Amino acid sequence: MFWRGLGNPWAGFREIDRLFRDLQRIFSEYDRSTASYVYPAVNIYSGKDGAVVTAELPGMEIGDIEISVVGNTLTIQGNRKLEEHERTWHRRECPYGEFTRTLDLPFTIDRDKVEARLNKGILAINLPRAEEDKPRKIPVKAS
Amino acid sequence: MAESKKELSKAQKREVERPQGVENLSDTPVFTPKADILETDTDVTVMLDLPGADEESVDVSLEKNVLTIRGRVPQPVLEGYDLVYSEYAVGNYERAFTLSEEIDRNQIQATVKNGVLRLVLPKAKEAQTKKIPIKTG
Repeated sequence: MFWRGLGNPWAGFREIDRLFRDLQRIFSEYDRSTASYVYPAVNIYSGKDGAVVTAELPGMEIGDIEISVVGNTLTIQGNRKLEEHERTWHRRECPYGEFTRTLDLPFTIDRDKVEARLNKGILAINLPRAEEDKPRKIPVKAS
Repeated sequence: MAESKKELSKAQKREVERPQGVENLSDTPVFTPKADILETDTDVTVMLDLPGADEESVDVSLEKNVLTIRGRVPQPVLEGYDLVYSEYAVGNYERAFTLSEEIDRNQIQATVKNGVLRLVLPKAKEAQTKKIPIKTG
């Protein structure tokens, strides 16, 4: 392949350049085709009494989302439904379909006090730390 | 973790590409919102994912043939809480589309619900059925 380029010092470079671009193209297509990414992306805020998990879930109603808590594990499940069918699609970039995301938190969640709100397509879950999980202060006495 | 974070941001939010040498003035990132475009005989519907934006914070403007959508999303502030882990960034949105001649510019409708902007672009009456009869020469 490369020996052909010996006559012209630039031909070899061109060959390498072409190969490199082909590889780049293959990898960028591979990137786009990996559809099963982690969804939704989350941000976690930590406070003295627990944590707040937020996620961007545009186009969903609160009824489409199911939140469950077991011990220190939070699971967010949902399904973003596609409304239109008999139309010509020109572009489809928005994510649709079912998703599940599980997060392990560093503390036991008080499941009775978990609150979730969906506002402007942003889900915010308030996860209070269970009372028995909170650190206790042990008084130090002089002996 | 860093690797998965990179993949997430790539998959979910794409920053607006600026021409070389043009920089964003503020620290706030600007994202290209994801869009669905579908067409029927009477209109073209554009749906954009703008989580965090509502009717107050979305601007839709039409200049010449370019329909520009801008959304401002403030950085969330949670009293008494600190961001300890982040997979997505919060920022503004910006995207523009060039309209074809067949769109009736005076009848464009925009609604926002659950962080999704829906633009209905009706086709002008004369553009809806434009059949050109072919005659034998």
